[in-house]
Amino acid sequence: MVMEIVCPAGTPAALRAAVKAGAHTVYCGFNDETNARNFPGLNFDRSEMRAGIAFAHAHGAKVLVAINTFPRAGEQTLWHRAIADAHHAGADAVILADAGLLAHAARMHPDLRLHLSVQAAAANADIINYYAEVFGVKRVVLPRVLSVPEIAAINAETGVETEVFVFGGLCVMAEGRCSLSSYATGLSPNMNGVCSPASHVDYHDDGGVLDARLGGYTIHRTAKNAPAPYPTLCKGCFSAGEKTGHLFEDPVSLNAEALIPQLLKAGVTALKIEGRQRSKSYVAQVVGNFRAAVDALAEGRPMPKGMLTRLSEGQAMTTGAYRKTWR
Amino acid sequence: MSQPSTPIPTCPRALAQLLRVLPLAPLSLSLTAYSRRIAKHHPGLFRRLGVYGDRRFILDPTDLPIVLCLDPKGGRPRVQVLRQTTPHDARISGPLAALLGLVHGAYDGDALFFSRDLVIAGDTGAALALRNAVDDAELNLAQEIAAISGPFARPLRKIIARIEQHSGVFLTRPDDAPAW
Ligand code: SF4
Repeated sequence: MVMEIVCPAGTPAALRAAVKAGAHTVYCGFNDETNARNFPGLNFDRSEMRAGIAFAHAHGAKVLVAINTFPRAGEQTLWHRAIADAHHAGADAVILADAGLLAHAARMHPDLRLHLSVQAAAANADIINYYAEVFGVKRVVLPRVLSVPEIAAINAETGVETEVFVFGGLCVMAEGRCSLSSYATGLSPNMNGVCSPASHVDYHDDGGVLDARLGGYTIHRTAKNAPAPYPTLCKGCFSAGEKTGHLFEDPVSLNAEALIPQLLKAGVTALKIEGRQRSKSYVAQVVGNFRAAVDALAEGRPMPKGMLTRLSEGQAMTTGAYRKTWR
Repeated sequence: MSQPSTPIPTCPRALAQLLRVLPLAPLSLSLTAYSRRIAKHHPGLFRRLGVYGDRRFILDPTDLPIVLCLDPKGGRPRVQVLRQTTPHDARISGPLAALLGLVHGAYDGDALFFSRDLVIAGDTGAALALRNAVDDAELNLAQEIAAISGPFARPLRKIIARIEQHSGVFLTRPDDAPAW
């Protein structure tokens, strides 16, 4: 069995690059608050989505539309319209997190395939089976807090397909629940589709030292010529008591390439690459790399070694919780 | 973990010196006309800027003694070549080769930011919008120049290919060959 590579696309050009590089599936979102990467200059309007899906289908690839933020009370129409438009555009599935939206999609679009977003933080077989029984969810994107044996245990107890992150930025908290960004800026990935919104980020060059501020708080200072991280609070460098350091997580990127054989054995169906905010250059390289790895695995060849360090946050990589003990 | 050694080329000194003495007004006029041509052929680029379409951007090739001031003006852009910066909303700085590689989709903007080859200052949202809009536009600056060069297009393409080969600077859009 060839594991499915699920690849990000923030723009139509990135979608085409992903498909050309060999992505089996591409995920993307509309250019509004309905998706968790609501960044300036990113995402698809309705006609771009239709054209992107047609392009992917013509090349044998699937498109999943992420509608994975939590609607605000009284404003559900925006999210309902996004589901209907994704369905009419020919999306192969929608990726949802909110139970109300799942209920709406199951009722109003019974033939639309539903995936459970990582934002739902479904991390055990009971809750996954609940989503499958009640809403007909066919696949779950597992949160990045599980080890490989824990993933295997979940797969043993559910018939729902599992998709796991293998590369890209790390969200280290229980996803869909993290309020760090809200605390500093009033905006969060869960409600507004932005963690550390660009509008609240300030960089200052202080004699070669890069000061990153979020909502007015300095969250890290990067020494001259040292690799810079994203300005997210979970990767911030803080002083607590006598110690100064990365309290929650070091500024590193996930790369679970070496764990692909174990993830296959653990029953994982699809491998997800993070990074809808990244360029088509990133997309093409990461997809090419992972596609070559899963093809080699399926054919019993040794997996090629990747060269993805330069693309990684802080130019450093980790296998994340798959092989991690918490501080 | 070690970093792959793919240094970004720096501009030859001669070009920097030339720009110190060259009159900048004709350069500004030609770049404005050129950017309007791009706007005509890639309207999506300016649409993607959305609310940031009226911001002023400084593009600062750090290995040259000039900066470019870009006013997108909702799709009727104006470019000024200046020896000194001017009031602006967002500034994107880096070696000319990094900026050109970014425009041509050869480099990833975040990777350039992680490696400190690209520095953003001012309105981060505006800088991000411009970067994402340019990435989607799939520009090929050399091809745009060749297209307005009439009978000189063919020799010009040859010269550009030569320079590209020798300098390692992305003057055209590599088809499917991102550098990193
Ligand atoms: S602060 Fe970190 S863990 Fe929290 S949502 Fe943002 S990226 Fe994820």
